[in-house]
Amino acid sequence: MKSPSSRPAGRRSRLSRALSSRRRHPLAAIAVLVAVLFTCGGAYAALAPSASVSTDAASSTQIDDGKKLFAVGCASCHGLGGEGIVKEDGTVLGPSLIGVGAAAVDFQVGTGRMPMAAPNAQAERKPVAYNDEQIAALSAYVASLAPGPDVPDEEDVDPSAGDVARGGELFRANCAQCHNTTGQGGALSMGQYAPSLTGVSPKHIYEAMITGPQAMPVFNDETIPAQDKQDIIAFLKSVEEEPNPGGLGIGRAGPVAEGLWAWLIGIGVLIGMATWIVTRSSKS
Amino acid sequence: MSAIVNGAGKVVDFVDERITASNWLKRNIRKVFPDHWSFLLGEIALFSFILILLSGVFLTLWFKPSMAHIVYDGAYTPLRGTGMSEAYASTLELSFEVRGGLLMRQVHHWGALVFLAAMSAHMLRVFFTGAFRKPREMNWLVGVTLLFLGVATGFTGYSLPDDLLSGTGLRIIEGGMLAIPVVGTYLSWLLFGGEYPGDDIVSRLYPLHILLFPGLIILLVTVHLMLLWYQKHTHWGGSGKTNKNVVGAPFWPVYVFKAGGFQFIVFGVIILMAATIQINPVWFWGPYDPAVVSAGTQPDWYVGFLDGALRVMPPWEPEIFGYPLTLSVLIPAIILPGLILTPLALYPWIEQYATGDRREHHVLDRPRNQPVRTGIGVAFITFYLQLWIAGGNDFFATVLDIPVNWITRFIQFGLIVLTPLSFWVTKRICIGLQRRDRDTLLHGRETGVIMVSPSGEFSELHEPLDPHSAYDLAFRERQLPIDPGPATDANGVPNPSYKANRRRARLSRFYFGDVVQKPTAEELEAAQHHELERGDRQQELTSGQQ
Ligand code: HEC
Ligand code: HEC
Ligand code: HEM
Repeated sequence: MKSPSSRPAGRRSRLSRALSSRRRHPLAAIAVLVAVLFTCGGAYAALAPSASVSTDAASSTQIDDGKKLFAVGCASCHGLGGEGIVKEDGTVLGPSLIGVGAAAVDFQVGTGRMPMAAPNAQAERKPVAYNDEQIAALSAYVASLAPGPDVPDEEDVDPSAGDVARGGELFRANCAQCHNTTGQGGALSMGQYAPSLTGVSPKHIYEAMITGPQAMPVFNDETIPAQDKQDIIAFLKSVEEEPNPGGLGIGRAGPVAEGLWAWLIGIGVLIGMATWIVTRSSKS
Repeated sequence: MSAIVNGAGKVVDFVDERITASNWLKRNIRKVFPDHWSFLLGEIALFSFILILLSGVFLTLWFKPSMAHIVYDGAYTPLRGTGMSEAYASTLELSFEVRGGLLMRQVHHWGALVFLAAMSAHMLRVFFTGAFRKPREMNWLVGVTLLFLGVATGFTGYSLPDDLLSGTGLRIIEGGMLAIPVVGTYLSWLLFGGEYPGDDIVSRLYPLHILLFPGLIILLVTVHLMLLWYQKHTHWGGSGKTNKNVVGAPFWPVYVFKAGGFQFIVFGVIILMAATIQINPVWFWGPYDPAVVSAGTQPDWYVGFLDGALRVMPPWEPEIFGYPLTLSVLIPAIILPGLILTPLALYPWIEQYATGDRREHHVLDRPRNQPVRTGIGVAFITFYLQLWIAGGNDFFATVLDIPVNWITRFIQFGLIVLTPLSFWVTKRICIGLQRRDRDTLLHGRETGVIMVSPSGEFSELHEPLDPHSAYDLAFRERQLPIDPGPATDANGVPNPSYKANRRRARLSRFYFGDVVQKPTAEELEAAQHHELERGDRQQELTSGQQ
């Protein structure tokens, strides 16, 4: 067979020849399919609401970005592939993140707990180290390792759609033993503590329940259905905004604080007054 | 006009001739009350009690002592639609719907905390100054009973609103009763009218709280004050103040006005606290539900030491004949209160036995002059405070940011180590102070002026005490340990009570073996002579320099 343009066509014709010859390659159809899928998937990921980042929705670039961020900021403890690192003496530098889901990362990084500063009894709330985009990327990467709980939608955590009274009952029954009835927090054993829930965003409250950070148990949808979670959020936000009708709140911390005040302020001031009265009369 | 006056005079005369009150009145109206701030602690207790009575009567007008189950639809929206008892609902009503109700609840509760704190402080004052000694042992007993009744009233009151904290407190009481061997279960069923929590407990505690306990308190306060009136007040020793008189202001007209004024100050301070500081916000705790506990659950401060004892007790539960004996609850909840209350009530007699001192005392001891008693008191405070801190171990762990287990472990050791240590340190400090008093008495006050003698010796110039201060310092007795006497008499016949005597001698040596005695008259004279000589020498020195 003779080529239509042999020499004079130059480089251009050579390229087109190459293309046309590849087009007939058996793998060509598959390559086109992959390219089309990638474009469509990427476009979907870009247009979809960012709150519902999930394995199938995340773009490969987002996952790639997340992977890079992870390698720099997290891999030293959690391993390059998020598989976790256990030292030879058995201490866990960082647990495996396979299957913890986007929600766990969004909670841990979004509340500043991760990256952990130093091995401690408890990862504590800190100023957040990453911006929203980076957190989404990290979440997408960890979620791509294995399926896990997703970041909740905006309307699932809206406090105004919850029932405060029911939320209060649920909170007292499920959470108060660690967090106290008004979410003031409390001490747990071995130097751990349940933190105060004042000022925690609705999304993070929801994520804490579905991922169960550290000593906190997981409350999945069987133990506490999504609607109940929303009621709990509504209750917490309501308590937070509620004033103290009785005056100074003294931490809503209960009888120990009250006892201290009774002695230091009550008896203290009254003894001061007694001393004053006694010296007054001895002068007259 | 004059007819009316005459008539009134006749009536007065008539009454006076029958009961001769004017004489009695004349005598009593001049009763003398000494001045010292610590003598007003009891009054803080009395006046806060009156305020509790007044606010409590207000609360009874709305409070419903019933555990009947209802669904709340009152003014407090965050709880609307929640199931709860009528007692809890009526407490919410008092807090949010009754005009002034929240203020009254807070007055009642702050008043209760201050009342018990004042009673405790008053008791410590009486203890450390030895005001409980003969003839006032009876009144000490009355006082200890009052303290017990105060705690009981406070606890029953705390349990009335049927909120989460009050229910948890009752749950602990139930646990304590169940730990009593054999009869525990029956007792608990008796109290709660069946299985805990039942439907009766609030309506059963109510008459105890508003009638029986306060009634007994009023009765005993009356006895307490009548005894005080009759026995007269103690006072601090010093020049002109002896065991045979009381120095102070007369009841009428001075004391009445001072006490009356002080009553308004006490009312004012408590009401001010109630108006500005929130206490027991039951709406936040939620209604009681036996399945629910909350972090940060503690009782009011005066019960805190018992909760603390429960928290630090190691988990001991041996089996006796196949039945578990829950020592981990029995010891802190049942045995410990008895172990604290019994010696507390009997202390006047314990000290009498140990020191052999059965004379009447109307002059108070300075705490330093009774190093062992003061040491015992401080050791008790140390013990009690540690238990109280243990009762709030989770609170302190959060506030101080230290692990709760450390606090518990620290207190477990502290109770055993710090308690005796605080006794010993206090005793040493007292003895040190006594020694200083003795030196001051013998050599005069230190002036801070340093002298160098011709031989190069440094010494401080002392200035003799004025007679008043010297008298105040010297105003105490020499305290000598009991001598057990010989084991056999001159004829070699064994003394039958020698063993008992020796035991007492040992106890009294524990009390008085180490005290620094005040100088004898001869020592004083010799010291003064010495000081004079030194003074002469100094004169010579100064004149020599000139
Ligand atoms: C200094 C070591 C360290 C670094 C750096 C670190 N982590 Fe962690 N991470 C831990 C440890 C330790 C835990 C376990 C915490 C615990 O349970 O007490 C943890 C837990 C987590 C969890 C929760 C796992 C679960 O089971 O719910 C997530 C998610 C997580 N890390 C994500 C990250 C991310 C994302 C980064 C990087 C931004 C990061 N971590 C950086 C040490 C580290
Ligand atoms: C066993 C005790 C326990 C229970 C029960 C529990 N939590 Fe937690 N909770 C914890 C601990 C411990 C942490 C801290 C975890 C950490 O620091 O990573 C926590 C953290 C949280 C946070 C994050 C707070 C912050 O500062 O970011 C939220 C929100 C939360 N819990 C909500 C709840 C809710 C809602 C419930 C009930 C459904 C609940 N918890 C039940 C122990 C508990
Ligand atoms: C030494 C005396 C008393 C003490 C220490 C005491 C203490 C208390 C306490 C701590 C409470 C819980 C209050 C709360 O936070 O809601 C309470 C409740 C109550 N007390 Fe008393 N009290 C005393 C005497 C009285 C008396 C004499 C009465 C009535 C004549 C009374 C009536 C009530 C009532 C009705 C309640 C329940 C109302 C409520 O909780 O709001 N108390 N008491």
